[in-house]
Amino acid sequence: MPLNRKIAYIDLTTGDIQTKPIPLEVRKKFLGGRGLDAYLLYNHTKKGCDPLGPENTLLISGGILTATCASATARTHIMAKSPLTGLLGSANMGGFFAPEMAWAGFHHLVIKGKAKNPVYIYIHNGEIEIRDARDIWGKTVPDSQWAIREDLGDQEVKSCVCGPAGENLVRFANVMTGIKNSGGRSGMGCVMGSKNLKAVATRGTMDIKIARPAEALEYNKRFIDQIVSAKVNQTQGVLGTPFIWGATNSWGGVRTRNFQYNQCEYADDIEPERIDEICEETMGPHHMTGCYGCQVHCRAQYKIPEGPYAGKYDEGPEYTSQGAFGGETDTPRALTVLVGNHLVNQFGMDNLETGSLISWAMELYELGIITSKQTDGVDLRFGNDEAVVEMIERICYRKGWLGDALADGGIPAAEKIGKNSFDYLIQVKGMSNLHSDERATPGLALNIATASRGSDHLRSRPAIDLYHLPQEVLKKIYGNPVPYDGPLSSEHTEYVGKPWQVFWHENCYMGVDCLGICKYHTTFLGATLPNFEDWSKVLYYNTGIEMTPEEIWEVARRCNMIERLFNLREGLTRDDLNKGDMLNHRYFDEPCRRGAIDVVGRKIDKEKFIKMIDELYEHKGLDEDGIPKPETLQSLSLENEPSHLL
Amino acid sequence: MAKALYIDYQKCTGCRLCELVCAVSHDGISNPARSRIRVIKWEAEGLYIPMSCQQCQEAPCMNVCPVKAISRDEEMGRVYVDYDVCIGCRACVGVCPFGAMSFNTIDKKVLKCDLCDGDPQCVRFCEVKAVDFVEADEVCILKSRNAAERVSAAGKEASALEAQL
Repeated sequence: MPLNRKIAYIDLTTGDIQTKPIPLEVRKKFLGGRGLDAYLLYNHTKKGCDPLGPENTLLISGGILTATCASATARTHIMAKSPLTGLLGSANMGGFFAPEMAWAGFHHLVIKGKAKNPVYIYIHNGEIEIRDARDIWGKTVPDSQWAIREDLGDQEVKSCVCGPAGENLVRFANVMTGIKNSGGRSGMGCVMGSKNLKAVATRGTMDIKIARPAEALEYNKRFIDQIVSAKVNQTQGVLGTPFIWGATNSWGGVRTRNFQYNQCEYADDIEPERIDEICEETMGPHHMTGCYGCQVHCRAQYKIPEGPYAGKYDEGPEYTSQGAFGGETDTPRALTVLVGNHLVNQFGMDNLETGSLISWAMELYELGIITSKQTDGVDLRFGNDEAVVEMIERICYRKGWLGDALADGGIPAAEKIGKNSFDYLIQVKGMSNLHSDERATPGLALNIATASRGSDHLRSRPAIDLYHLPQEVLKKIYGNPVPYDGPLSSEHTEYVGKPWQVFWHENCYMGVDCLGICKYHTTFLGATLPNFEDWSKVLYYNTGIEMTPEEIWEVARRCNMIERLFNLREGLTRDDLNKGDMLNHRYFDEPCRRGAIDVVGRKIDKEKFIKMIDELYEHKGLDEDGIPKPETLQSLSLENEPSHLL
Repeated sequence: MAKALYIDYQKCTGCRLCELVCAVSHDGISNPARSRIRVIKWEAEGLYIPMSCQQCQEAPCMNVCPVKAISRDEEMGRVYVDYDVCIGCRACVGVCPFGAMSFNTIDKKVLKCDLCDGDPQCVRFCEVKAVDFVEADEVCILKSRNAAERVSAAGKEASALEAQL
């Protein structure tokens, strides 16, 4: 049964390991994955704990459906207090780790303390041991995984690791598995590094009994047919996420030169078709790969075609890397994007944060706020490809004054650089924004301002807002599973109805994150993809748990509220530019200079934006300061948190 | 003529859905150790190869079986284990040149591909058709066509290089 997968408590200081079953009542309240992690984080950390101290708690989990007969349930979730933001740290990655951990008997790990020397945790068919990792420390992300396989003499072992960036306490280091599956954003790899935890390795051959196998199998076939018949997934299966670049850039939704422009000129060399060409030339016609059990296969494989890294194999680049090492830094060259992507994958460092901070530093350099003495001679002008590649390495190894400063994240770096550098930093809650430009899309701007882990496009983005869907379609999507009869607008430039959409997507994405399903399999980029109603069935067929779509919606709300409670406990205040639900002033002051007619000249109307936040708070059951009302907590059975059920 | 499993590893994305549906359809359980098909991977090179029973004519498993529990089922085009006769000695596991005869340590039984009695679930779920189910005499012509395409492409490349000289 998926439900007999256990939770393990591992103390790296004492070496103590405890395992426990997860009670059904806890499952019904939080399901698993990110939702249950949020509950555990709130219960297992104390207010104001040092994110890099032994008292921070690192949570690694699979969803409740992980490794069941439900496709695309490959996601691993990682949570801790973030060393980048001081608030909620949370990361989610595909690959093959979480299913393997489920076959090894576990769904959730609660890791505390700090090991004396580098170690790794090995989980094998119900058993857990802590092993020496001194010989593995210092190795790159892929090499660490191969070294662990050698150490254990088993080529089937799956590991999630921190790379050199995590070891060097780069505040935005990733947890990674495979070649490029990244638990990115908010520095979960840095937390691993701070605990001297190089990796968690796992291998399992324990049965997961499916509650209703025949129905689960037939349902899964229909589910896959629905997923692969969606145009958006067919395109992803050929071009990967880079397919988004073409449309968004020509439309004017890509920030370039930090935040100076909203469209990258002369970008032919990083158009999705060009990237695809390179993949095909270096890896052959079948160069797409996928995560466990997924038929979308959105991940490209490539070899770097020329230059000092020629012949190096890697996966990607994703849309994010195109923006981070192509658009933002104004270096729209395929080679720079492919090399940049390769380096962050080797180092285990967040591509988005790295590229955004480099482009911020470039703007400061051109403005004279950063001097060439501070860059140690690196000519940090926009468009300088070598400087981008050089800075990636300097950040990972904290080389030079600026490399070291940027490795601490945007806000601490702004304090060190001083002057008015903070004004140019495009961040929310201390985490850099994606390279997308939200000035023409108030709904998307509301999403990044209010996302629980800091500026983020994967926590509540109403991406389908860009499709101008007709009213009846919007009503059908956003009127389920709970009724909504407020206004909805098909216009992406509107402010009306967007708070409800953001609220709806926040719950939808929490739903998939609890179940362990990938967001490409729900209402994220495809308007016709499955959500609450389907989850109710797939949950029943695989686990036997009977929950209505409305009940799953309630679970998602509850889990989002726990994340909010955590953030509030750690000091989130509504209008704080460092730790609040607010955007950089440039969103309100500087209009878009380029792009299509519905983009150029647009900026966010601050007054309307603040009203949207008010409305979103109301939907969520928060008061005007963003604090949950007592009746909201009561209705979500959260009035007695922390309740220490697990 | 009976159909055969045709694996084109170049198309495989490495997702291992075949393993999942194989185990669930046979045993109602998710566990790759119960799968009759296994994707062997070299992640560092991006190479994934699904391995399954070849349903050999002169099947070593069949020949070595001391109690004659393994036989050829010509109608289905498969090598078949009769579990009423099988004593679980694992001699067949030892001799299979492909590692396609496996042993399930939970149920203490050998396991191999039975072509799902003519409707292989791995094929049904593989959207990229890395695993396909085709007429046995078609396998060869499909492979020939693929090889011919490569030869033709190589020829064109060679003549292009020659033209540059």
